[in-house]
Amino acid sequence: MKHDKIERNVGILIILTMLAISAGGLVEIVPLFFIKETVEKVDGVRPYSPLELRGRDIYIREGCYLCHSQMIRPFRDEALRYGHYSLAAESKYDHPFQWGSKRTGPDLARVGGKYSNDWQTQHLTAPRSLVPQSIMPNYPWLSKTDLDYSDIQGRMKALRVTGVPYSTSKAEFDKNVKEFGEETAKNLHIPDAEKNLIAQAQAGNYDTNPDKLTEMDALVSYLQLLGTMVDFRKYDDDYFAKFR
Amino acid sequence: MTTTSVTNTEQYNYDVIRKFAIMTLVWGVVGMLVGVYIASELAFPVLNFDIPYITFGRLRPVHTGAVIFGFGGSALFATSYYIVQRTCQARLFSSGLASFTFWGWQAIIVLAALGDVMGYTQGREYAEMEWPIDLLIEVVWVAYLVLFVGTLMKRKQPHIYVANWFYVAFILATALLHTFNNLAVPVSLFSMKSYSLFSGAQDAMTQWWYGHNAVGFFLTAAFLGMMYYFVPKQAGRPVYSYRLSVLHFWALIFLYMWAGAHHLHWTAIPDWTSTLAATFSIMLLLPSWGGMVNGILTLSGAWDKMRTDPIIRFLIVSLSFYGMSTFEGPVMSLKDVNALSHYTDWTIGHVHSGALGWVAMVTFGSFYHMIPKLWNTKMFSNRLINIHFWLATIGILLYITAMWISGIMQGLMWRAFDDFGNLQYAFIESVAAAHNLYIMRAIGGLFFLSGMVLMCYNMYKTIKSGTTEQA
Repeated sequence: MKHDKIERNVGILIILTMLAISAGGLVEIVPLFFIKETVEKVDGVRPYSPLELRGRDIYIREGCYLCHSQMIRPFRDEALRYGHYSLAAESKYDHPFQWGSKRTGPDLARVGGKYSNDWQTQHLTAPRSLVPQSIMPNYPWLSKTDLDYSDIQGRMKALRVTGVPYSTSKAEFDKNVKEFGEETAKNLHIPDAEKNLIAQAQAGNYDTNPDKLTEMDALVSYLQLLGTMVDFRKYDDDYFAKFR
Repeated sequence: MTTTSVTNTEQYNYDVIRKFAIMTLVWGVVGMLVGVYIASELAFPVLNFDIPYITFGRLRPVHTGAVIFGFGGSALFATSYYIVQRTCQARLFSSGLASFTFWGWQAIIVLAALGDVMGYTQGREYAEMEWPIDLLIEVVWVAYLVLFVGTLMKRKQPHIYVANWFYVAFILATALLHTFNNLAVPVSLFSMKSYSLFSGAQDAMTQWWYGHNAVGFFLTAAFLGMMYYFVPKQAGRPVYSYRLSVLHFWALIFLYMWAGAHHLHWTAIPDWTSTLAATFSIMLLLPSWGGMVNGILTLSGAWDKMRTDPIIRFLIVSLSFYGMSTFEGPVMSLKDVNALSHYTDWTIGHVHSGALGWVAMVTFGSFYHMIPKLWNTKMFSNRLINIHFWLATIGILLYITAMWISGIMQGLMWRAFDDFGNLQYAFIESVAAAHNLYIMRAIGGLFFLSGMVLMCYNMYKTIKSGTTEQA
C-alpha cells in the first residue's frame, strides 16, 4: 500500500496507528497474567491486616514511594545493605505496587524489624534527631492524628474486588485458615476489621503511646512488616532463579 | 499582510488557542516554581516546615502534574489546534467542544494539584490523580479526539500534514495508556480513595508501560508534531525529507510501546520482559534520531539564521537536546548501565534534559512564533527572547551536570566495597555527598524559571500591543 493512501484517509491512519501502538503492551504485559512462572510460589506472603493496610494507605498518601524504593535488586552490595533480593511474590497483594523508582532515601523493602518501634516513631517525627544528615521531612502530625478507620471495611471490600482474599463468609474464612493459618485468617475477616485493628494497635503499641490509636500506629505497623513475610532459610536460591 | 490576518481570524478558531497559550505560560511558571521549591527542600529539608501539604512527597506530583499536563498539555492543545486548522485550512468543527476541552483540562490540572496536596493519590508516578479526576480526563480526552479527528475530516487539503500524524498518535496512545493504567476499584462512590486493579509485578509493568509512553507520546511524539510545523515555518524551508518523516513516524510509535520495562531492570519482573524492552530501547535510537536529523537538516541552507533569529536558536537547541537525551536513554536502558544509574539522580537529570531541553525549549520557540500571530502583532522584544534563551540554556546545563555528578556518585558509592569486602559507605553518606549538587540543581532550576518569567513579561507586552479583533 502506498503511504499516500494513509495520508489521505484519516480512518486508515487511525487504525494503523492503533495497531502499531498496541503490539508492545499485548506482547509484554498480557502474558504476565497467564504465565505461572511470573510470581514465585512461597509460603508466608499474606494480605495486610486492617491496621497494616491503613498504614500502607498513609505511606501512599505521604508520597513515601517518591524517595524510597521497595525493590531490592540481585546485587552483592544490595544483599549486604538490604537483604535478600525482592521476590514478585512479596508484592502480590500490593495494589498498587510500591517498588518506586528513586532512592533519595534507602530502600525499605526489608526495613521491617530492623529498628524498634521507638526508633521508627522518633525517626518519622524528627528524622534529623537520629540521623543528622537526613533530608527527610518531619512527620510530626502522624502521632498527633487519630487514625480514621471508619471506612476500613470499605477499603478491604474494594481490595477484595481486585482479588485480595479478604473474607466475608464462613466458607471464605475457612479457606483462609487453610491457606494462611487461623491467626492470619482472623485478621483477614472483613466483619471483624475494626475489632482486629484496635487489638493489633494495642498489642503492638507501635507509636509508643498506648493511650491513643494514631496514624503513627498504622504506619509503623506497616513498616515493621515490610520484607518479613518470607522465611528465606526455607528456600534454596536456585528455586527462585527459576522464576526470573 | 492585513488581508491575511483578517481572513485568519474569521477562518479559524483562535480564541481557544489563545486561552490554552496563556494557560501554558501560567502552568509553566507554577510548575517550575514548585520544581525549584522541592529541589530546595532536598537541599534544605527545613523548607518542609512540618506542614503536611508542602512536604516533598506531596508537592512532587504537583510539580510533575503542572509541568507535564499543565504546561506541556496546554501547549499541545494550543499548538495542535493551531496546526490542524492551518494545515487543513479548516476551522475547528465545534467551538463548543473546543471550549469544553479548555475548561475541562484546566479543571483537571487544578483538581489534580489540590488532590496531591490533600494527600489523595493513587501512588502511581505521573498518574497520581484519583479516580474521579481520571474519569474527567477520559471524557475531556475523548472530546479532544473527536474534535481533532473531526477537524481533520473537514480538511480542504487532500493530504494530512505530517505534524498531524504525530498529534493523532499522541491522542490515541494517551487514551490507551490512561485507560489501562488507571483501572481501579474505588472504596465507595463518595470516597477519593481507590485501589488499582492489578498488583505487584503486573501492576509495575502496566505503570511503566504508561510512565515510559507518557514520555514517548505526550512528551515526544506530540512535540515532534509541534516541531514539524514550527521549524519549517520559522526557517522558511520545507521539511528536509518526507521519506524520513514517514519512516521514523511509524518506527517511533511502534517501538516506543515496547520499551517501558527498561524502568524495571533487575526487579522482580521476568527477565525476558526487561531484556526485550532493552532491545527495543536500543532500536528506538534510530527513529528518535530520524526526527532530530529531519528537523536539523530542515535548516540546512538557512544556518545564518542561527546568528540573527533567537527563535531558531531555541528550536535548534531543543532538537540538539532531543538528540542527546534520546541517545542517553538507550544507553541507560542497557542492563549494565542501568544497574548503576537506576534509583539515582542520573535518571532525574535524564528526564530534565528531555523535559527542559527538548519539551520546554521547542515550546518556547514555537510560542515565540505563534503568539504574535494569534494577536496580529510582533514580539515586544527580541532582546528578551535572546536573554530567555541564555537563561534557559545555562539553567539546563547546571541542572543536568549536577544530576549527572550526583547520580553517578550515588551509584558508585552504593556499590563500593572496602579492602575488607565490606560496604564502604553507609547510605546516609551518599545523601550528604549530594548536598552541594542539590543546591547547584536548585540554582539551575532558578535560572530556567527566571527565563520563563521573563517570557511571560515579554508575552504580556506583546499581547497588550496586539489585537484579537477581526479588523
